Amino acid sequence: MAEEKKLFKVKIDGIPVEVEPGTTILNAARQIGGDIVPPAMCYYSKLQGSGGKCRTCLVKVSKGSEADPRPMPKLVASCRTTVMDGMEVANITSPEVLDARKGVVEFLLLNHPLDCPVCDQAGECSLQDLGYEHGADGTRYEFKRRTFEKIDIGDKIQLHMTRCILCYRCVYTADQLTEKREHGILGRGEVSEISTYIHKSLDNEFIGNVIDVCPVGALTDKTFRFKNRVWFLKPVDAHRDCDKCCGKTVLWLRGDEVFRVTARKDKYGEVEAFICDTCRFDKKETKDWIVEGPRKIDRHSVISQGQYVGVVKPHDALPDVLEGRQPKLLMNIHSISQVNRPEIDLSKIEGPAHSDDFKN
Amino acid sequence: MFSEAKLNKVKEIIARYPQGKQKSALLPVLHLAQEEFGGWLSAETMDYVASLLQITPIEVYEVATFYSMFNMKPVGKYVFEVCHTGPCMLRGSDNIVDYIKKKLDINVGETTKDGLFTLKTVECLGACGYAPMMQLGKHFREHLTPERVDEIINECRVNAN
Amino acid sequence: MGRKLLLDKAHIENIRYYDVYRANGGYESAEKALKMTPELVLDEVKKSGLRGRGGAGFPTGMKWSFIAKPEGVPRYLVCNADESEPGTFKDRYLMEFLPHLLIEGLLISSYTLGANSCYIYIRGEYAWIPDILEEAIADAKKNGWLGKNIQGTGFDLEIYVQRGAGAYICGEETALIESLEGKRGNPRIKPPFPAIKGLWDCPTVVNNVETLAAIVPILRIGGEEYAKYGTGKSTGTKLISACGNINKPGVYEIEMNISVEEFIYSEEYCGGIANGKRLKACIPGGSSVPIVPANLLLKTAKGETRMMTYESLSDGGFATGTMMGSGGFIVLDEDQCIVKNTLTFARFYHHESCGQCSPCREGTGWMERVLKNIEKGKGKMSDIDLLWDIQRKIEGNTICPLGDAAAWPVAAAIRHFRDEFEWHVLNPEESQVRNFGLAHYADPLEIAAPAAV
Ligand SMILES: Cc1cc2nc3c(=O)[nH]c(=O)nc-3n(C[C@H](O)[C@H](O)[C@H](O)COP(=O)(O)O)c2cc1C
Ligand code: SF4
Ligand code: SF4
Ligand code: FES
Ligand code: FES
Repeated sequence: MAEEKKLFKVKIDGIPVEVEPGTTILNAARQIGGDIVPPAMCYYSKLQGSGGKCRTCLVKVSKGSEADPRPMPKLVASCRTTVMDGMEVANITSPEVLDARKGVVEFLLLNHPLDCPVCDQAGECSLQDLGYEHGADGTRYEFKRRTFEKIDIGDKIQLHMTRCILCYRCVYTADQLTEKREHGILGRGEVSEISTYIHKSLDNEFIGNVIDVCPVGALTDKTFRFKNRVWFLKPVDAHRDCDKCCGKTVLWLRGDEVFRVTARKDKYGEVEAFICDTCRFDKKETKDWIVEGPRKIDRHSVISQGQYVGVVKPHDALPDVLEGRQPKLLMNIHSISQVNRPEIDLSKIEGPAHSDDFKN
Repeated sequence: MFSEAKLNKVKEIIARYPQGKQKSALLPVLHLAQEEFGGWLSAETMDYVASLLQITPIEVYEVATFYSMFNMKPVGKYVFEVCHTGPCMLRGSDNIVDYIKKKLDINVGETTKDGLFTLKTVECLGACGYAPMMQLGKHFREHLTPERVDEIINECRVNAN
Repeated sequence: MGRKLLLDKAHIENIRYYDVYRANGGYESAEKALKMTPELVLDEVKKSGLRGRGGAGFPTGMKWSFIAKPEGVPRYLVCNADESEPGTFKDRYLMEFLPHLLIEGLLISSYTLGANSCYIYIRGEYAWIPDILEEAIADAKKNGWLGKNIQGTGFDLEIYVQRGAGAYICGEETALIESLEGKRGNPRIKPPFPAIKGLWDCPTVVNNVETLAAIVPILRIGGEEYAKYGTGKSTGTKLISACGNINKPGVYEIEMNISVEEFIYSEEYCGGIANGKRLKACIPGGSSVPIVPANLLLKTAKGETRMMTYESLSDGGFATGTMMGSGGFIVLDEDQCIVKNTLTFARFYHHESCGQCSPCREGTGWMERVLKNIEKGKGKMSDIDLLWDIQRKIEGNTICPLGDAAAWPVAAAIRHFRDEFEWHVLNPEESQVRNFGLAHYADPLEIAAPAAV
């Protein structure tokens, strides 16, 4: 039937938008785009049941709906709250929201090692972005951070649990993309962790996608050669004929060398389509691929600085990328990082920083 | 492996839930397994439970590690689980813990050398009005005093022989 | 003697067994209900004004009327016997001593809701109680109160007992449902509410043990008569589990028309403060409700006598009031340390956080650590403000109310006992060998009490 669906009128930070019933506040905001989109660390539109956990996307519903204009008593997770007709939402215009978000960011970073200088994800880490945008200058946490040994789950994926923010995305990915989930959340509360319990390798044609969905550097690609800083690599869109997945990927190149293969991500850090492990791990030659052209990165994240010409020291470019704002985390990294090696000057390291540079 | 009788018990438990919802039996079956296989849940035990309920092992590990009553490591024959939450603390649970520590010469979380006793502190067990108290096996021991503790230790020693 | 509706027959020997229970008027309410239509039973429950006894105090009749009734989909009643809130041990009493009262309540409630299966989810540590319940269930079944075609009405019901395994969070109704499904006790994100999508995605009502037991006297005397017990919207009677520094800890049934003072000091109930000490503070509704100093406990900020009702206990809001909560009444005498007590609660919530959402997962442990420093004489003045800020950033920002439950005790302790926290910081050595004592916490209040923070 071609019956026209009634659209709901919603206002977010004063900006009107019309969306289909059943749309979440977050997705309505994404339809508007720009600064008013709440940050989302756990929600992932392609994973059913995701969201609601990290609480970074909290917003204020200042008017419930046309029918019931009462405001909602508490801040709500925009990723899991559907809009009502006439709803009005405040995100960046609400001091209460910004304050709560600052709290959430502090909680997320509380036990985070802040080892960005040695983390493979640096430059494309949602938590790093979030820290820049919403974080406080330092930490008020005076206790020992919880730490875990990093472990290899199989020969392709490395788990660095200390960095995990327990967003559950990788669990949903394994549940929804693979036949049999082998890893999960063990333990309870503060000491819960992603694990396989008994050392097992994750083996499945699509399990590599956990690397792409992980918002931080907890799950990383072991086949990523030389552990290069991503901003020294040139991302290009490429594709190949693949019988398992769409075959549309991003190759991360230095010269003609393929350093790693990932799925294509949109500006919210979500993959456009999941890719199979063959494309990701086994096709590491340019001849395996048809290169389409440079990947345009429109995330305002630190990753973009790789596209600036003539950058020598990574952190010099940061204020530019951040539109003049001073980055808060990287600058102080030595004082608050567990990789506390103040004698190491990042700028003196030849080429990209390597975790070996920080070894004792 | 469970005995015939225990397997029947498992079947009876599964029958409490609608068809296809046998995963609901996980907690009761883990309790059974822990009782049956030495008071704790080894990886083999959990894999066995997974096979009984036709679920994946990780589903069992996730659940077993969530609940505090499942032991993921071997424990002593008698586990003293002394409550130390507010209401019990107000009635002197700290003294009871100290007394047991001295008497058995172990710290909280440790097991005596003979493998007989393990001392744990736990959170409120729902006996706040009968404090201080501890759980010992299936039952609560309430209104604890040093004398009561002595009696309980003796009782365990006698039963162990 | 206060009037009783639940424990009126608790003194009868062997009342826990079917024959004795039946001989003393047991199952007469069920007989009555089964002759009525479910709608009429629901009406009685609505008229009674019964409010959930599990902590939130939501009107039971209204909750029942929300249950979805899609064609061909089973509905479930789940009895919440997880009872794990520190200070609360009343449901245990009912189940141990009056199992048939609960079963009769479950029968009437299931009939009203149209549920043919009912699960009692009981905390794992109450390891001996499932045997008591299962024996009672078997006896009830033998006598035609459970099973198929109950008393010839065509109504079928099975009751099953499920043991938890040590997780306070499984008292939260959606975590309980997850646990019942054999999963980790992670609360679900609501909506959907259990009344629409609960156990195995079917419409489900979760009620507390005491709530479901109270259905029996409601049917016996009628909803209207039940509503005449108590005061205003606090109808009926309430079980209070009293503990801490009182002469007679235990489970008491009160009619909600007595004062807090009478409850603490009368011989009928707590019998006064133990060892002739003076009252310092009280947490009247289980560990998560705000602690109040003696002077705000016995009288409200307006100078009125504080009563054992939902309304009076919460009079003054969080600034000067507290809550009825689950009825776990914890009394502290003059020798008790508020910081220490708060620390044990913070440790409890830290231990029990499911870990799903970041404010609760990270914040509860942080609060415990800061409190531990203060308690050990290693705190700084700024730690008190830090604690305040942490609790503020947890409260209201989490998936389930455990975050609030963790934040409130810390907030209330600082709000009313800031002096004592500061004393700990300023007197690190002395605080290790003696307590702050009663200080001014029992002094009569002259004006409406200020909120210190
Ligand atoms: C963290 C948490 C723990 C809870 N624990 C219990 C409990 O042990 N027993 C209980 O009856 N309700 C408990 N509740 C309340 C339940 O979620 C639910 O509201 C209650 O079972 C509803 O029953 P009622 O309406 O009869 O009170 C808890 C709630 C939360 C948030
Ligand atoms: S490993 Fe990554 S994807 Fe998985 S829960 Fe942790 S942060 Fe999320
Ligand atoms: S508030 Fe705490 S217990 Fe509740 S869902 Fe969040 S982490 Fe779990
Ligand atoms: S993105 Fe909404 S709570 Fe995490
Ligand atoms: S506080 Fe110890 S049993 Fe409740």
